[in-house]
Amino acid sequence: MGVTQSNPGDWQSSAAKFIVMKPEPIIIFENFSFQYFSQSEPTLHDINLKIYPGEKILIVGPSGSGKSTLGHCLNGLIPFYYKGTIEGSLKIKGLETRNLDIFQLSKMLGTVLQDSDGQFVGLTVGEDIAFAMENDCITVDEMHARVARVAKMVGMEALEKASPFELSGGQKQRTSLAGVLIDDVDILLFDEPLANLDPATGRTAIEIIDEIHKDTDKTILIIEHRLEDVLHREVDRVIVINDGRIIADMNAHELVCSDVLVKNGIREPLYVTALKFAGVKVTPEMKPGHIWSLKTDEVNEAIRTWHRSVKSAETEGEKPSILKMDWVSFSYDGVHPTLADILIDLPEGAMVSIVGKNGAGKSTLSKLLVGFEKVDKGVLYYRGEDIKGKSIKERAEFIGLVMQNPNQMISKNLIFDEVALGLRLRNVPEEEIKTRVEKVLKICGLAPFVDWPISALSYGQKKRVTIAAILVLNPSILILDEPTAGQDYSHYTEIMEFLREINKLGITVILITHDMHLMLEYTPRAIVLAGGRKIADTAASVVLTDAKVIEEANLKETSLYHLAQLAGITDGTCFVQSFIDYERSVAK
Amino acid sequence: MKDRLFSYNYQDTPIHRLSGLTKLISFMVLTFSIMFSYDIRIILGALLFSVIVLWVARITFGQIKLMILYVLIFLLINLVITFLFSPEQGVEIYGTRHEIVKLSTRYTLTQEQLFYQVTKFFKYLSVIPLGIIFLFTTNPSEFASSMNKVGLHYKAAYAFSLTLRYFPDVQRVYHDISQAQQARGLEMTSKTSLGNRFKNSLMVLMPLIFSTLDRIEVITNAMDLRGFGKEKKRTWYIKSKLNRGDFIALAVTVLIMGITIFMSVFVNHGRFYNPFI
Repeated sequence: MGVTQSNPGDWQSSAAKFIVMKPEPIIIFENFSFQYFSQSEPTLHDINLKIYPGEKILIVGPSGSGKSTLGHCLNGLIPFYYKGTIEGSLKIKGLETRNLDIFQLSKMLGTVLQDSDGQFVGLTVGEDIAFAMENDCITVDEMHARVARVAKMVGMEALEKASPFELSGGQKQRTSLAGVLIDDVDILLFDEPLANLDPATGRTAIEIIDEIHKDTDKTILIIEHRLEDVLHREVDRVIVINDGRIIADMNAHELVCSDVLVKNGIREPLYVTALKFAGVKVTPEMKPGHIWSLKTDEVNEAIRTWHRSVKSAETEGEKPSILKMDWVSFSYDGVHPTLADILIDLPEGAMVSIVGKNGAGKSTLSKLLVGFEKVDKGVLYYRGEDIKGKSIKERAEFIGLVMQNPNQMISKNLIFDEVALGLRLRNVPEEEIKTRVEKVLKICGLAPFVDWPISALSYGQKKRVTIAAILVLNPSILILDEPTAGQDYSHYTEIMEFLREINKLGITVILITHDMHLMLEYTPRAIVLAGGRKIADTAASVVLTDAKVIEEANLKETSLYHLAQLAGITDGTCFVQSFIDYERSVAK
Repeated sequence: MKDRLFSYNYQDTPIHRLSGLTKLISFMVLTFSIMFSYDIRIILGALLFSVIVLWVARITFGQIKLMILYVLIFLLINLVITFLFSPEQGVEIYGTRHEIVKLSTRYTLTQEQLFYQVTKFFKYLSVIPLGIIFLFTTNPSEFASSMNKVGLHYKAAYAFSLTLRYFPDVQRVYHDISQAQQARGLEMTSKTSLGNRFKNSLMVLMPLIFSTLDRIEVITNAMDLRGFGKEKKRTWYIKSKLNRGDFIALAVTVLIMGITIFMSVFVNHGRFYNPFI
């Protein structure tokens, strides 16, 4: 562990200065606790942790575990912005942080926040990178020189004058990184860097972080709950946090072999799950921390045997069409088509995902369906009937849309009122409203909270409230925009299992998503959009193993496919399908 | 997205190329000149001038339609109220009395009053295009840096420019929320009474406020973490060296102000132009 570089050449000179063999830790937590003023209990308990210069550390934990609070303590947002009581000691570069202000800390530790959109302060790339220097009153000429240098480091030199609207998610993140690197800090803190990125961009983000680590020897801390995605590149240690305590501090190989992940609600890498399905005991000797380091020679036979034994799931008989898009085209400006010649036919009771990178036309597609926008060319059929003349309100009777951010939908203080809103606006008698709302709340598992104020609910519960508010109108189709964005594994599972239940009641569910796990585990069928066209419409296992589709839609090959290759299984798609079928049979 | 009230859009025109500082100074000086003068010849000249500048800056009528409409409504109300409260103002100013029509014992429409109110109407109207040009052609960051240069504290200047910048975003979110609420049955069109529409728009505003507060938290954190507010002063990355175009614009501005002052001191002998004597 640690990066204790020492080559014989500089040993003598450094030995003359320091007698110590090992470098001093750059960050030391000692019996550190923190309690927000608004909370009745501490969020962090008795943290003891040492981080050495040049290390690359991953901090994982479910939502509410305290991992973000730990980050805030490091960068000074605690206690500068979020107030509370600090006990124990936290030293960065030998200085007690409670004696420093947020500005002094920002010169030692730079933070890249999770929302690369929201943290874009400047109006152009150059201006955003220069923001910290502007605040330091650096002269204009020096700023331009330094921006040019740092923009080159992150590969953004050609886009110095571009505005945030012209940038992709990955480019925004490069810009944020440059804005932090400009101060030449020793420590970089990434707070959920993958949260809003599509799979391919997320992978690139991890690669950029790795390059910066190798090129500059900075100490790197990554806070994330998407373990497998971060482990795309090497890390020195993984620290697991839950309930405000450090649960584990070990290397990636040991961690995925232990039961820490499962116990603490963190998703283990998919290939590890597959190995367990195959009855293989995963050991540190197999180097299972990363898919690229995994050695399966000893267990290949077991994997192949398991693969052959999986019975493929029964395919259900054809159901009548509920929704059909017949050569639908749409353009916002009349010049550039946002959607072109879309042909989709969904049977009743389907559960499908619509995937594709930002701007591929996914959201526009849902807007056309619910009537927010009008189709330019082509026809929309609901149960064989053209719905062209139907207004937003009329379509809401059979097709409901749940927005990504529940805070953008909730307008009442009490759960009951929020769910009843749609019915009250339709002048349904109060008696009937009561029975219908209670029924829906029961389905959504919200019955115990019926009199609660919405503000007291968790994010996942709020999401349920917004789904309930739509379900109460009895739609036969439900469209959800990114239902699991920013959710940890347990909330993700909670929401998705709930949607699966609803789907079993006969409601057709359309999910717009970036999440490849979601596609694999919950939607037998995936529709892929790229540049406004449908480029694939098939089983999720086929989509996630098709190199061309993956490339065009900014997806990523699933690690199951690599596992199949390692085990010498030629039909990787079939192996991925086996995994899906097996998982479903286990879930039942 | 098609119904933005106002927003900055970069286009390559001589007006867009001017530095933010030039535009701010010109805006302030010209506004002062128009506000100072009650000479309709100067006011109409300034109006013509600003319409030409609008055209040079390639601002289309479609972009500013809504704003013009609000202003006209406001001015018409102002026109009526001025007459109701001081129907003899014109007579007082110009010192003569030419009656047009007697409306009641208290109200008589005079040529002087009509002339005074028409002058005032155009005076206010001609300030509007200047404001529009300034808002539409100034990059919000430059806007902040130029406000800072003419003496406003940089925190206030930055707050102002961030507001301008996020305005289109907030509008988009409002649009999204309003559509989603309409899908639940909320009536936002004229099919329902004004009172109901007001109540219904509250149901859109609540979620808008909460989601905007979330965004504000993110941006404040991002700014704090990068040292915003540390020093009493700050520098600006955007270079604002004045070039030839700026000097020409400033010269034109000063010339217009010069004419205004010249007219009032040497020709009109006061702020008012009096055609009645």
